[in-house]
Amino acid sequence: MTYIIDGSLQGLLTAVFEWFERKPGKATLKSSAIFQPEAFVESFTVTTHHEKADRVWAGLQKKLKKNWLRQFYCSYLSEIPEAYNHLFQFAIYIFQNQPGAESNFGNAHVMALSKYARSVEREKHRMEAFIRFQKTGDGIFYAGIDPDFNVLPLISNHFKNRYADQQWVIYDLKRKYGLHYNLTSVEEITISFSSVNKQNPAPVLMDEGEALYSTLWKDYFKSANIVARKNTKLHLQHVPKRYWKYLTEKAIS
Amino acid sequence: MSDRIREKLNILADAAKYDVSCSSSGGTRKNTNKGLGDSHSSGICHTYTEDGRCVSLLKILLTNHCIYDCLFCVSRKSNDVKRAAFTVDEVVELTMNFYRRNYIEGLFLSSGIFKNADFTMERLLLVVKKLRLEQNYNGYIHLKTIPGASDELIKEAGLYADRMSINLEMPTEAGLKLLAPEKNHNDVIKPLAFVQQQITQFSADKKLIKHVPKFVPAGQSTQMVIGATPESDKDIMYTANAFYKNFSLKRVYYSGYVPISNDTRMPILGTQPPLLRENRLYQTDWLMRFYGFKVQEILNDANPNLDVDIDPKLSWAIRNMQHFPVDINTADYKMILRIPGIGVMSAQKIVQARKFGKLRIDQLKKIGVAYNRAKHFIICLDSPYQLKDYQGTQIKAFILAESQSKYLKTDSNQMILF
Repeated sequence: MTYIIDGSLQGLLTAVFEWFERKPGKATLKSSAIFQPEAFVESFTVTTHHEKADRVWAGLQKKLKKNWLRQFYCSYLSEIPEAYNHLFQFAIYIFQNQPGAESNFGNAHVMALSKYARSVEREKHRMEAFIRFQKTGDGIFYAGIDPDFNVLPLISNHFKNRYADQQWVIYDLKRKYGLHYNLTSVEEITISFSSVNKQNPAPVLMDEGEALYSTLWKDYFKSANIVARKNTKLHLQHVPKRYWKYLTEKAIS
Repeated sequence: MSDRIREKLNILADAAKYDVSCSSSGGTRKNTNKGLGDSHSSGICHTYTEDGRCVSLLKILLTNHCIYDCLFCVSRKSNDVKRAAFTVDEVVELTMNFYRRNYIEGLFLSSGIFKNADFTMERLLLVVKKLRLEQNYNGYIHLKTIPGASDELIKEAGLYADRMSINLEMPTEAGLKLLAPEKNHNDVIKPLAFVQQQITQFSADKKLIKHVPKFVPAGQSTQMVIGATPESDKDIMYTANAFYKNFSLKRVYYSGYVPISNDTRMPILGTQPPLLRENRLYQTDWLMRFYGFKVQEILNDANPNLDVDIDPKLSWAIRNMQHFPVDINTADYKMILRIPGIGVMSAQKIVQARKFGKLRIDQLKKIGVAYNRAKHFIICLDSPYQLKDYQGTQIKAFILAESQSKYLKTDSNQMILF
């Protein structure tokens, strides 16, 4: 039996509800984006239903501690197709067992969630570290990113608390949406880039201090290095090349 | 204007880079005033230099003018380097603008001693006060305590800084006397003890009074230079252990000496910094702080130096084979922590998971255990039956044969006959 969802978290939770209502035995979950009909396997398309989804979430809240709810949500944000199935199986496993079953790291789904969540948290942490704002002519601090996972919902609070006195925009160029903080709250936005270079806007659009501080930062980065201790392998391990495009200090000038 | 500030930043960042502390963790300052900055309890490394060290703070000296002549220091009086000094406003501007662009977690401010200790400490204090009081800045501040500064100045600085540190420089008094005759360990111990006593005082007050200002919330740290003088690893780690115990330090940093002087009392210019030794010392430090090892178990008169070819945890296990093999499914958490190839996270997962059934090899691997290393020291549900009881030295040979170290280019291990 294959359950097909639309790819939303609500859809995933609805699927859990439907499974308990129908009890079809062993079922796997796939998102419609990757579903390919198989000859000998039945399939069932789940229609997302908010009330059912909310009931399942409330149920999970009763069974799981906060850190596990977070791991559940993080695994969902990984957007990895197999993760959806693991989440589905994990939820069923949790509802079928006594409280505390989530600490059974011998269980494949528990372990899978713990791994996905760790990857997503790591990416979230990297974004908190590697985002580099550029101050634009109208005083907004802008950063364009394309993270491996959909981490914008996770980093919003961090940046809101930290940069409470400046307007900023963090834009996910891959998923085509961003966050804008307007000094009171964070809002989701989409931008239509027509003639602007998204990663590195032209200097005319930037604040006049921007060039100076990015140069100073590059200088500082060079000065802080101890040549006698050069260790390229370690450097690459900490700052993988795919992130270099965000980093002011790694930009070729 | 911009050329001058660039030159200053280059000189003063270059002079500050030998201070290895970069941690920005342990801060508890919250952005409550709609100002700038909010600390992140575990700290954030914003980038890494090409030598692989993390950059989380803007680490600069206020000035590299110094009245002292310590041989191991680039800013020593007799060294022929360019000198510069920042103004208070320049440091504040740099910090604010770097922080706003998410380049850094905060400021690490140190200084050469100009005129005298109090004069220098006053300048440092001016910078942190301006950041906190005028600029509404809540980011991280790591401030160097200047040895010999008055208690009042140190106490006031503690109200604005998140972490304070003061460097031991050399692991033993004798080593310090050799290279910096004007200094002694007592100059370090006195302010460390004073700040520690204040921290205890403030946290005691906090239990009684609701609003007590923060005082050095991220604690204190210190640093020792390794390999400039001939101390053994035992000397170094015993000193570190004593400082952890006596002053509740958050961290002791070990900095491999990078040759910067052609004085005959120290390693000559061009000598490679002792990176491997530094690594082993940090491993020992971690074993002491997170793995429940006593320093005497790892280093003692019989073993005054750490093994070069294997890490200290494996080294301990091989010397103490009477404790192994350990049964993963029944052993105490403390004992599981001592198994080579099992870290804190894996040990915790094992203890939780075994309540649901006995663990097998494949589960251990999924949990994250380095099984190829751990297999010599454990028994689990489906461990292969083993007739032969291997000696510690044999196990060491097995592990070395299948591991690759970036430090050991050639195989220096002696062949074993039996």
